[in-house]
Amino acid sequence: MAVKTLTIDGRLVSAMEGQTVLEAAQEAGIHIPTLCHLDGVSDLGACRMCLVELGNSPKLQPACVLKVAEGMEVRTNSDRLRKYRKMIVELLLSERNHVCSVCVSNGHCELQDMAVELGVDHSRFDYIYPVERVDITHQRFGVDHNRCILCGRCVRVCDEVEGAHTWDMAGRGAKSFVITDMNQPWGDSTSCTSCGKCVQACPTGAIFQKGATVGEMQKDRTRLEFIVTAREKKQWIG
Amino acid sequence: MDRVKVATVWLGGCSGCHMSFLDMDEFLIDLAEKIQVVYSPIADMKEFPESVDVTLVEGSVANEDHVELCHKIRAASRVVISFGDCAVTGNVPAMRNPLGDPEKILQLVYVDRADTHPIAPKEAGIVPKLVDRVRPVHEEIDVDYFIPGCPPSSSRIKEALTNLLEMGETHLTGENLRFG
Repeated sequence: MAVKTLTIDGRLVSAMEGQTVLEAAQEAGIHIPTLCHLDGVSDLGACRMCLVELGNSPKLQPACVLKVAEGMEVRTNSDRLRKYRKMIVELLLSERNHVCSVCVSNGHCELQDMAVELGVDHSRFDYIYPVERVDITHQRFGVDHNRCILCGRCVRVCDEVEGAHTWDMAGRGAKSFVITDMNQPWGDSTSCTSCGKCVQACPTGAIFQKGATVGEMQKDRTRLEFIVTAREKKQWIG
Repeated sequence: MDRVKVATVWLGGCSGCHMSFLDMDEFLIDLAEKIQVVYSPIADMKEFPESVDVTLVEGSVANEDHVELCHKIRAASRVVISFGDCAVTGNVPAMRNPLGDPEKILQLVYVDRADTHPIAPKEAGIVPKLVDRVRPVHEEIDVDYFIPGCPPSSSRIKEALTNLLEMGETHLTGENLRFG
């Protein structure tokens, strides 16, 4: 496969054809903030945290789905990008009811971490306070839509790693929400294998293990990594 | 040199931020040489003073008294700081917002679900009326600085106050910004 050479933040970086700018940056040790990206599943550019500037183009591109090209000039950390990323986190915080102090994931939340990283000390946008559902019909897990940022990790991990495709996305825009089966209670789902991959994949406290109280829900990605690595390296074949 | 005039205010919150303030322990002795507390729920002053250097506002804007006090604070204070998650985000008090009409919530909590004495708190001139939507302080008045946290740790408050007293401004960074 051909090697492409590009510049990221003024540094010359080589990447394999077909790799994304995010992958090339990560391999070169250049940090690009991400929220919807999850190692081991496909990328879809949902959260826009990884937006980068490209050459002289005024258009910003999500690094997670942008393929590397020869001579590409990428900037990952300009004032403009930092401003937009901060704005995205503030919009996410005001779009649903994120109450860190009573959340199972308080202190272990990727949205909270992102607010810290980007210097969010308050939201400039008025909070919407929508009415959101909480589904605790599943025997072991629950989903609290108040805390969901619509990253779609649960949908992808369930489809691509577990192969069950219990989760999907319904609705449009800010009114989108994740569903189980045909928008049925999770506990009634016939496709769910109760494997818990969606729980581990979820960046916030939206999908959680029952019985966890404030700050107790720590996501464990090593189980996902174990399966994905085994599959990529064909460790279970032959 | 005159000591900096500091007020602390308790709106719709649990007073945990004030408890965390007191948790600064011996630093409070150093602080007492630099600041003068001119209004606070832990000091006996009835009226908000006409001129204050710095006001720390704990709690969200949840009732009509809070709205009135907020505007008094802004008019009288050189610097207003949102102190803790309720002031910064609305936090727990704002969890009633998706439930709608505050009168219905009072009815539900104090009357329908009461085991004894089913009476909603209501007394003209004494119990302030709830506002329709609980808001963070900066949605009501301009706020200069923010100290997030539920409650902000005493070290975080100390950092913010030290910055303010030494440099005249206080922009917290990194872990000192963590909500919750």
